[in-house]
Amino acid sequence: MSTLIKQDILVELLGNAGNGFEQVRTAGKEAFQTQGFPTNKSEEYKFTAITKKLEQNIQNFAQAGDFEVTAEQVKANVFEGYLGDVLVFANGHFHPALSSTIEGVEVALLSEKADTALGSIAKPEKDPFCALNQSAFEGGVYISVPKKAQLQKPILLLNFFKANAGQVIQPRVWIQTGDFAEVTFINHSINLSEAPYFVNKVVEIKGGLNTQIRYYKLQDEGKNAIEVSTVETDIQQDGRFSSVTVSLSGELVRNNLNLSILGSNSEGNMYGLYLLNGKSHVDNHTNVDHTVPHAESNELYKGILADSSRGVFNGKIFVRQDAQKTNAFQQNNNILLSDDAVVNTKPQLEIWADDVKCSHGCTTGQLDEEALFYLQARGIAKDQAKGLLLYAFAGEVLEHITDESFREYCTELVQKRLGSKF
Amino acid sequence: MLTIKNLHASIEGTPILRGINLEVKAGEIHAIMGPNGSGKSTLASVLAGREEYEITAGEVSFKGKDLLELSPEDRAREGVFLAFQYPVEIPGVSSTNFLRTAVNQVREYRGEEPLDAVKFLTLMKEKMKLVEMDQKLLSRSLNEGFSGGEKKRNEIFQMAMLAPTLSILDETDSGLDIDALRIVSNGVNQLKSKDNATIVVTHYQRLLDYIVPDFVHVLYKGQIVKSGTKELALELEEKGYDWIKDEVDSNATV
Repeated sequence: MSTLIKQDILVELLGNAGNGFEQVRTAGKEAFQTQGFPTNKSEEYKFTAITKKLEQNIQNFAQAGDFEVTAEQVKANVFEGYLGDVLVFANGHFHPALSSTIEGVEVALLSEKADTALGSIAKPEKDPFCALNQSAFEGGVYISVPKKAQLQKPILLLNFFKANAGQVIQPRVWIQTGDFAEVTFINHSINLSEAPYFVNKVVEIKGGLNTQIRYYKLQDEGKNAIEVSTVETDIQQDGRFSSVTVSLSGELVRNNLNLSILGSNSEGNMYGLYLLNGKSHVDNHTNVDHTVPHAESNELYKGILADSSRGVFNGKIFVRQDAQKTNAFQQNNNILLSDDAVVNTKPQLEIWADDVKCSHGCTTGQLDEEALFYLQARGIAKDQAKGLLLYAFAGEVLEHITDESFREYCTELVQKRLGSKF
Repeated sequence: MLTIKNLHASIEGTPILRGINLEVKAGEIHAIMGPNGSGKSTLASVLAGREEYEITAGEVSFKGKDLLELSPEDRAREGVFLAFQYPVEIPGVSSTNFLRTAVNQVREYRGEEPLDAVKFLTLMKEKMKLVEMDQKLLSRSLNEGFSGGEKKRNEIFQMAMLAPTLSILDETDSGLDIDALRIVSNGVNQLKSKDNATIVVTHYQRLLDYIVPDFVHVLYKGQIVKSGTKELALELEEKGYDWIKDEVDSNATV
């Protein structure tokens, strides 16, 4: 089917990965071997030549392994003014000693939770990288938010990555929430080495009745980052899930975000901002599966692309036959700041029910000259007016971040990049 | 204050303005009227510095400076204000932040200290009253979801905040109901002083019942073909533009 990277080594790796979860890992391995790495004919990876990139950069597929992280490093990478809890990871290995004890929340090494139903939310047969992670994830964490727990403070998942050139890091996160639980996660990764390595991460979030879950992700690991990151959740009756994904750099980044809406009167929201320059390439694939009536999904992804950067957006919405009275909205807007920047955007709606409201739209263009002139005509310098407009464009995504310190942090990064302060 | 001499401008090779001459002095209100497509809005845009127009001949001096040499932002900072015919909706830019940035950049250009938050808010509250502006509108994104009347009021509010020496109102009256027209005109009249001037660009005489001009000019085919006092506007209201067109066109054929 596809040409594997040093297939013999990879298979060996798959066979020897980590302790525990033998059945889960075997299932992952089989799913991976069935699918193989995506080829250039693979529709799902059409605009993102991940396999080629791996062949060029990832020589032996060796896992990078755990390493020491200091309290100073943790402190230096928590946002100013952040009041929430922090869980610290090194190449996907959980470091409890550096992490907060979160009242009422069970946090454990995955290896201590052998009966965790890994792969039940993020199903390995749907994506080869998800399968690869399931076969050979490193470390991993188990987070359980009990029934009715209302966490006022967010939980920051602070990931440190350090690897030699050509190595692989495969973090795994399992989150489960009891009915009526409310929780916010912030995922932030810090790259401690410049070498090109491959991060293949899977986060599974198991929702409950009437849960409210927010998942925010900031990607700014530098121009060498090669990453496939999968976040997958199910949304149960009366549940709400919101995600914001902010991508600021990456040699090649692929985000898979999959929502399965399994209960009525529920809501799934997906927001994303990619602000790219240089040769960065960020691909956001989202998938929302409406299986039941009376649920809603909203999606807004926005891109600002400079230099010869490339953005990919692929938004799938399935509305199954039973999912009457579904409201599903999708929007992707892009601003290209250079002639060499490219966006590939593809909305994909499959609607089998006949009483639904679905809409999608995408725009790609330059900065609005009329708006620019309006601001200049009020005395605002052109460069600053540009920054103001771009920031306003980006702000529509950032405003969905509820945690103030994280929103401020993202805002500052974005403003710095856009060269304007407001 | 403003002297326009033989101004020619074109867009994508098509001449729109074909030799405009106009002198505006401090304390005066000039109305520029004319049929659709005569070049009224082009004149307003060219004065404000819209880039898609090419100036092919002529000169414009404003307070002794060559206006055409200045960037749009510098024209604004020098005291030129264009109230847009179609104010732009800018989602995500808060009205208040926008105005504070604008006011302070203008102040900086004029060598004045920036206004702090308290002083700015005080000024804003004062000027809001002038156009009966609802505070709620200002907490929203700039012009986003505003009604036509609210947008035009917001233009005059911005004008009040920036205190220009030359205000150009581009079809500010079009699409306004009588209440909104009264409010907008009231704002303009209150801002009038002996040191500033106003150019009112309009298709209809109605506005001039509220903002009484010292001079009325009729623009046709890119030239001012007739000038007079406010009575000229009434005559236009009564007789329409055809007699002027006929007059000009018959002269041209002779």
